[in-house]
Amino acid sequence: MNEAHKTDGAASRELISFLIGTQEFCVDIMSVREIRGWTPATPLPHSPGYVRGVINLRGAVLSIVDLAARLGFPPTEPSARAVIIVAQVGHQVVGLLVDAVTGILTVTSDTVQPTPDVASDMARSFVTGVLAVDGRMISLITLDHVLPAAERQAA
Amino acid sequence: MDALAEIKQTFFQECEEQLVELETGLLAIEAGDHDSEVVNAVFRAVHSVKGGAGAFNLTDLVHFAHTFENAMDLVRVGRLAPAPPLVRVMLRAADILADLVRAARADAPHDAARAAAVAAELTACCAEAAPKGAKATAVGSVAAAAPEPAADDAFEFVPLAVDLSDFGDLAPMPGLNRFRITFRPRPELYAKGNDTVILMRELALLGDALVTCDTGGLPGLADIDPEGAYFGWTVMLETERDEAAVREIFDFVEWDSTLEVEPVAAPAPAEPDEEEFVFEPIPLDELPDLGPPDLDPPAPAPGEAEPSQAVVVPLRAAEPAAVPAAADAATEHRPAAQASPTIRVDLDRVDRLIDLVGELVINQAMLAERVNEAGLARMSQVAVGLDELEQLTREIQDSVMAIRAQPVKSVFQRMPRLAREVAMQVGKSVRLVTEGENTEVDKTVIERLSDPLTHMIRNAIDHGLERPEVRLAAGKPEEGQVRLSALHRSGRIVIEISDDGAGINRERVRAIAVEKGLIPPDTKLTDEETDNLIFLPGFSTAATISDISGRGVGMDVVKRSIQALGGRISIASVPGKGSTFTMSLPLTLAVLDGMVVTVAGHTLVIPLTAIVEILLPKATEVHGFGGNARVIGVRNGFIPLVDVGEVMGFRGSLEDARAGVALLVEIEGGARSALLVDAIQGQRQVVIKSLESNYGHVPGIAAATILGDGRVALILDVDTVAAAGSRVGSPDLTLALAG
Repeated sequence: MNEAHKTDGAASRELISFLIGTQEFCVDIMSVREIRGWTPATPLPHSPGYVRGVINLRGAVLSIVDLAARLGFPPTEPSARAVIIVAQVGHQVVGLLVDAVTGILTVTSDTVQPTPDVASDMARSFVTGVLAVDGRMISLITLDHVLPAAERQAA
Repeated sequence: MDALAEIKQTFFQECEEQLVELETGLLAIEAGDHDSEVVNAVFRAVHSVKGGAGAFNLTDLVHFAHTFENAMDLVRVGRLAPAPPLVRVMLRAADILADLVRAARADAPHDAARAAAVAAELTACCAEAAPKGAKATAVGSVAAAAPEPAADDAFEFVPLAVDLSDFGDLAPMPGLNRFRITFRPRPELYAKGNDTVILMRELALLGDALVTCDTGGLPGLADIDPEGAYFGWTVMLETERDEAAVREIFDFVEWDSTLEVEPVAAPAPAEPDEEEFVFEPIPLDELPDLGPPDLDPPAPAPGEAEPSQAVVVPLRAAEPAAVPAAADAATEHRPAAQASPTIRVDLDRVDRLIDLVGELVINQAMLAERVNEAGLARMSQVAVGLDELEQLTREIQDSVMAIRAQPVKSVFQRMPRLAREVAMQVGKSVRLVTEGENTEVDKTVIERLSDPLTHMIRNAIDHGLERPEVRLAAGKPEEGQVRLSALHRSGRIVIEISDDGAGINRERVRAIAVEKGLIPPDTKLTDEETDNLIFLPGFSTAATISDISGRGVGMDVVKRSIQALGGRISIASVPGKGSTFTMSLPLTLAVLDGMVVTVAGHTLVIPLTAIVEILLPKATEVHGFGGNARVIGVRNGFIPLVDVGEVMGFRGSLEDARAGVALLVEIEGGARSALLVDAIQGQRQVVIKSLESNYGHVPGIAAATILGDGRVALILDVDTVAAAGSRVGSPDLTLALAG
């Protein structure tokens, strides 16, 4: 379990993989706080389309980002099966709306391959590498820029 | 270094508490309470500040506190009467002490000249008291003559014997504890501003003390280190208190000294050895003339193995009357302090707890609803259990809120000093009366009350009270009175500031308002409306701008800051009798009284404090005004009508204003605006949640809250929405809001 802390090339890390549409993505398990079911969000005025709104997470106000829309896919139609991955991004906690969580992967850093050139610009700014697992391709993404505030700072 | 900084921080926090204690005590003394407990409390406060400051090498602070302490000590032993002039000097000294503490905390320079002046005054007061009767002054003089034995006065320590009592009194009494206390300070103890004489006096307060000084360690003159510590003391103490009480006295100095406290069995009734300790009394005025330590060494006490040369000072006789009273005070005071121990907790933790309890309340409400939906009978076990749960949650919520609540004392206590200073500057005589200091309100409210209160007290003294000669002419006492009071009223805290001055000069207020173009010259105003003109921005009544209250900000700023706290302020004035400002504030900032409204299917909360009235727009009242803008006619005036749904981007403009409800709100600068919403759901108390912490700022939204159904609702930022609405003609509302 503590391999994730190791930094050398052969160290293994754990990732949580999830589905957006038909594509599979994953994020580092260390940034995931919890996974919960979909609850309707309160929309925020004047917010980008991928910000679904805010929900009540045990007394804290949590913003929900539609990861599909954020990555440039058609927006997710939230169903009862949709899942919110509560993740830590910097000092903030953000909820990521995805279609389903597929599992936990244990990989070593050397299995992460560079991002292919074919991906769209939007996806490329989030995807840091791809993994080949059991014949599936899973994109490893970074969450640093999911919130508009972070985007503004970067600009 | 970090650890030290942390300790230093704690020291400053404690200083604040001591300073409050100090001022309270001095004010009580000024009011005529010369009780030894009060005097001791003041003394202890100064002493603690000095002790702590010494540990951090805050020399200026130590020196000033030391001068102050000396004066206070004279009062304590009854050699200096706490007459009003002295107490006034001491109050000023307390102010200086507070300044020094603050300067030390901020690492900033302070007004050394002012401190020196007050220190000189204190010293002068002490000097007056010095040449008094010799016998009863023994202890006081030791303190006065040798305040810092380890420093400049080191040479004056000579073996001397001062016998002031009949040793027969020391015969052990049944039921008393006897301790032999051996105390040998190290140089560090003195370097930190502690003083053995004070410790000895504290011991004497516990009971009968026989103090023996061991001067055997004193080297020859040539070898003396002026900052060294060469003496040790042995105290035979007979007291009703236990060992812990004795050790408590040495709490602050234990690690800079060698201390032994051992219980001694009651000696046989006849102990002839004690006679050996009686020495020739030496009149104190001869002390400075005493030469080097070549007095005849007294015969060693056969019974006591310890000292070879000894100074015996039975302290009991020195304070014949004060001791029993002070001892009583000590017994009363200490257990009381122990009875309610306190802990310092990070505010974030408390806030987290409050959040969780808020969530618990919501969950409990949801659970109750589900149980109801499930059709369980009212009297079923589940329903009964649920009722109990509800009661428990309420109690938890109240208790948690009480953690954040603090008495307004902390802010009220800063006001007497302010009143003194303002009164001095404007040459008026003022008595500030405070009431209800123990009224509790949320910490954040207290912190943010300080500025408006300061401003209003300045105003009351500067503008409210007449000049002394005018007061006398009007048949009022020369000394003006400003009353500051706090009380709880229907879930809010009400703070009143009243003066017995001339009241508001309505004609002048009106003239000024007209002159400054705040009202048209022909406006008809009621007295109340005229009084309220002083809250308008840009209104300032002082004919000459004084540096006290006429610095461009006026009552409008006070009003804004009170409103920002979710409060309201009003004024009542009777000509010739004075004015009263009444502020009503919520008990906490975590909770807000809100109007829950619906806008295009979204639930929004509008702070109730902003809402002036609710209107149902009629077709004849709504008028188009250029572009898309609309105004609504309210009693012969036109007020911009702002469609909240449109500004929020929830929908296009609501064509027919009659379909909605207009909320008349007051915004920054006193302007009014009407917010158009679809429907009103009701009025509710909501818990404020930050949006910034997990998202960022949203234009037009002040914060969020969680409603009873567990969903998040947004709290409207009335000022921004109203301002954006008035620019409704601009093509991009989002930009208008964001900019």
